[in-house]
Amino acid sequence: MKVPLSWLREYVDLPAVTAQEVADRLTAAGLKLEAIHSHGHEIKNVVVGRVLEIEELSGFKKPIRHCKVEVGEATPREIVCGATNFSEGDVVPVALPGAVLPGGFEIGSRKTYGRLSDGMICSEAELGVAESSPGILVLPPDTPIGADVVELLGLRDDVLELEVATDRGYALSIRGVAREAAIAFGVPFRDPAAVEAPADGGESWPASIADPTACDRFVLRTVTGFDPAAESPLWMRVRLARAGMRSVSLAVDVTNYVMLELGQPLHAFDRSRLTGPIVVRRARPGEKLETLDHVVRTLHDEDILITDDSGPISMAGTMGGLHTEISDTSTDIVVEAAHFSATGIARESRRHNLVSEASKRFERGVDRELPLAASWRAVQLLAELGGAVAEPGVTHAEVEASPVSITIPADHPSRVAGVAYEREAVIRRLEQIGCTVTEGAAPAAAAGAGVAATGVLASGDLAGRLAVQGDDLITVTPPTWRPDLTDPNDLAEEVIRLEGYDRIPSELPPAPAGGGLTEEQRLRRRVGRALAHAGYVEVLAYPFMGPRDLDNLLLPADDARRRATRLVNPLSEDEPYMRTTLLPGLLKTLVRNVGRGFADVALFESGLVYRPEPDAPATAPVLAVDRRPTEEELAAIETALPRQPIRVAVVLAGEFERSGWWGEGRQASWADAVEAARTVARAAGVELGVRADQHEPWHPGRCAALTVADAETGEQVLVGHAGELHPRVVEAYGLPPRTCAMELELSSLVPAGPVDTAAVSAYPVATQDVALTVAASVPVAEVEAALREGAGALLESIRLFDVYTGPQVGEGNKSLAYTLRFRAADRTLTAEETTAARDAAVAVAAQRTGAQLRGA
Amino acid sequence: MSNTYDPVEVTPLHADEVVQAQADALAAIAAARDLDDLKQARLAHAGDRSPIALANREIGALPPAARAEAGKRIGAARKAIGEALAARQAELEAERDARVLIEETVDVTLPWDRAPRGARHPLTTLQERIADAFVAMGYEVAEGPELEGEWFNFDALNIATDHPARSDHDTFFVESVESGKVLRTQTSPVQIRALLSRPLPVYVVSPGKTFRTDELDATHTPVFHQVEGLAVDKGLTMAHLKGTLDRFAEVMFGAGITTRFRPHYFPFTEPSAELDLRCFVCRGSSAVPGNPPCRTCKSEGWIEWGGCGMVNPRVLIACGVDPAVYSGFAFGMGVERTLMFRHNAEDMRDMVEGDIRFTLPFGMEV
Repeated sequence: MKVPLSWLREYVDLPAVTAQEVADRLTAAGLKLEAIHSHGHEIKNVVVGRVLEIEELSGFKKPIRHCKVEVGEATPREIVCGATNFSEGDVVPVALPGAVLPGGFEIGSRKTYGRLSDGMICSEAELGVAESSPGILVLPPDTPIGADVVELLGLRDDVLELEVATDRGYALSIRGVAREAAIAFGVPFRDPAAVEAPADGGESWPASIADPTACDRFVLRTVTGFDPAAESPLWMRVRLARAGMRSVSLAVDVTNYVMLELGQPLHAFDRSRLTGPIVVRRARPGEKLETLDHVVRTLHDEDILITDDSGPISMAGTMGGLHTEISDTSTDIVVEAAHFSATGIARESRRHNLVSEASKRFERGVDRELPLAASWRAVQLLAELGGAVAEPGVTHAEVEASPVSITIPADHPSRVAGVAYEREAVIRRLEQIGCTVTEGAAPAAAAGAGVAATGVLASGDLAGRLAVQGDDLITVTPPTWRPDLTDPNDLAEEVIRLEGYDRIPSELPPAPAGGGLTEEQRLRRRVGRALAHAGYVEVLAYPFMGPRDLDNLLLPADDARRRATRLVNPLSEDEPYMRTTLLPGLLKTLVRNVGRGFADVALFESGLVYRPEPDAPATAPVLAVDRRPTEEELAAIETALPRQPIRVAVVLAGEFERSGWWGEGRQASWADAVEAARTVARAAGVELGVRADQHEPWHPGRCAALTVADAETGEQVLVGHAGELHPRVVEAYGLPPRTCAMELELSSLVPAGPVDTAAVSAYPVATQDVALTVAASVPVAEVEAALREGAGALLESIRLFDVYTGPQVGEGNKSLAYTLRFRAADRTLTAEETTAARDAAVAVAAQRTGAQLRGA
Repeated sequence: MSNTYDPVEVTPLHADEVVQAQADALAAIAAARDLDDLKQARLAHAGDRSPIALANREIGALPPAARAEAGKRIGAARKAIGEALAARQAELEAERDARVLIEETVDVTLPWDRAPRGARHPLTTLQERIADAFVAMGYEVAEGPELEGEWFNFDALNIATDHPARSDHDTFFVESVESGKVLRTQTSPVQIRALLSRPLPVYVVSPGKTFRTDELDATHTPVFHQVEGLAVDKGLTMAHLKGTLDRFAEVMFGAGITTRFRPHYFPFTEPSAELDLRCFVCRGSSAVPGNPPCRTCKSEGWIEWGGCGMVNPRVLIACGVDPAVYSGFAFGMGVERTLMFRHNAEDMRDMVEGDIRFTLPFGMEV
């Protein structure tokens, strides 16, 4: 809302303070300053002049005039002018030499077109009144010659641009802001709506409300004999421009001016275009209306319409119809001022994607009692400025609406704020905003008549639950311009904000007994730190993906990751799905880094994936809000939502250990990807199982399935995969060759719980090396598992220190060299014991994997 | 003492020969140029086969009269040789240490960027730091799904279907506009989940990812992070809210930060306020006419940090909490904005793109 201070000062006697000081007080009251726009402060030395003589100069590319202009000095000034829209005798603004125009533009005496030009005749644009203007500003003939134009036309002004919260419709008007300013400065407020508007004299035009849920007040007034050629006066155009509205025509400007001043949207119809009585109703199937913007709109059956015998003529509170629009021939004008349902207009505006100044106000709540006064004000202006005659009579269709009243203990605001307010202050503040305050509790008023307001009225049980108990009760009836005030806390806020939020002290509540982070939260932090310490850089990619990703990842048609949730309005049609895997985002981020010159990149991400269940209900119910939902109701929402487990993934390419003066580095490999999974598992304190697998998008020969033991059954459960990516995936994403990746479901890693410590044995270790020959296809993990099992309880650790293939072990075989370390808790092991344990280990390995002890 | 003795006096026992052996030994020790030489000298002159050692062995064979005198002489010689050896040994070792350590000198300024360097994303670690600040005040960290039921994201928070506040949230709809499912536009639905699932009183903080259909630019990102706080207990007031946020601001930005409550509207709180921070660049001076302008606060002197207020009793009712007994406060801040203020990060795109140059300097904690 843009508020010219001069306009504000008409209705409130502000002290002599700067615009900034006014803005500061309004900001503290909840109307936040966005910007101050200053106008005309730099303009000086522009006076009113009368054109005495015009000499048309010839021989130039465009018409040029040499004028003699009387400016209240001893002799007239000679001024060269390029405009032609004025005549001898016209009164015009003249910038004298030494004058400064908006933008710091200085005017001097100069020679031009062969003549002296001793000043400048100004247009509206040059005076900063309009964006552009076709010619010179011609002032009324009785304007005093020599007067200061800035003072005379009120060009010097400051405009406060205020942010108005969505519940404060009343502040989208000079009237509403003036009331707040008056309270803020403790000065009187003159209500521009407090006019004696005639409410009788018969119908102005027949009209009725057919749907009382759509509209509860519909007022029409008529003027006749309006001069369509009449122009809006300069003061009005200046104010409209300063408030951010374009001047269109006098009739339209008047409706906008009254809307800005009072907050009541108005609509003007050309009476000659109306056929039969007006009815306010909802749309009928198939109805259409061509609106002012020349768009033919198909109406929805909930749309609120103004209709006559011809059908729809206007979309209520949103946009008028083209046919009944005021044109440059309209002389008889019917002005509509109504009160429509806030939710009805909100929906209509959203359905048609039509946000207008009117719809903005209706959505946020308009004063139900304004239509009579606002329409009267408009008619007065049309008569005064457009030479029209206000016809006697007014159409006033009305649906009875009873005022809401709220009973609260007088100390309720104090209890909410934690500040002790005087009882008198509470009542005074409520009265200042326009409430009626009475002592004691009022009988429960039946709210609900009238159309839906912004604040949804509480009724029945909800009203009872919201009620605040206490001893010293007062009953508060909010004014009609505050439909947002419905609950006890709404009233508390009014008192607290007007007493000043800065009065609220800063107090810490007693600390509750919190339990700290959960195991899962700790685990996530550990995993993040462990991967970062291992050399991975964390990214937070957007969790979106597209069909191309699914193809790029080579996912088979029946892969569960293809079952993705689709967004209705994605950022990009290329990525309409919620991710089912972290890999696409990571791979694209990897490509971006490589593209920016980082060939060696290792990245990780930890975040949700969205996995819709195939049999989940399509919709999540929207539950009631007047009570706690039942567990079944809540479950109905939960089952409709996709499963959203946390995953962690890494991608890496280039050198993982860098080359340098120390020698060759090491390319990132499948083994690093698997090791990243082990890093995660170690952080979780769980043992990771690794076995060969074939799973897209990994290289079928270099893909590990990652498993952990189920806490109850002990069975290995699949939690993810790691390895080198399939070369086709590498190609599809434009990744560096042999890019590797790991992804696992962190939600599936259940921390093992506290570690059980065993006593540390001080007895010596006994070491045994064994070299086993197995078929090349036997996974090392199986050999090691067999050795472990066979070696028994004395085994302290086992380590593979060499893998050999070559002629000595025969074609198709490999040799695995292990160090086994044995130790007992209670004694020094004998050579016989150690050897027996080693032999037992080898025996199990031989039996399970066909391993043969080399050199045996 | 032995009563038998060798009637023949052995040569080493001659005094001059002992003197000679000692002189030879000392000469050899002095002549040793390195530890190897000295080892040879030790073997030759103090080893088992050395003249002095042999002589020493013969002492027992002497007649008793001669024993004491010979023992004394030989003992003195052995002592002298032993001392010379030890001294020379120390000398040569010192020499060797000095030489070898110099020979083994390396250039310690050589780089060793062999192992890859990782880092955590500052938005993650900032959320952790925020969580820690509240955990220290006794709060717990609550979480909820990002793809959320519309009821949780809007209705339960008193954002009615047709209220303009709802269309202020540029919502990502899921599957269909009528599905009742959205990408959460705020972390506030976690308030509802916390109230429905936890015993009272509830003190929770919930950092997390949120979504609105903004275009990505320097100050907007469609996927962003918020941190939400909720306290519901008996007797909580706006003063408690202010105290809590003042403490939080101090933990985030250091002592001496000034905050301000400004009336605002949020459907889920009533009364509501926006929380402003005194601009930490100009300290508010730019708002005074005539002073130099400030880019950070656009010369307003204050920076919007977040929204807050007393939990709207309607929200409590929707969660089955009796507003006659309990009251609460709630607040929410943008994590990206907080990061911008705290670390002078100027462009949100850097937080989104995953360029390692942005993230690496933040290391493990922010």
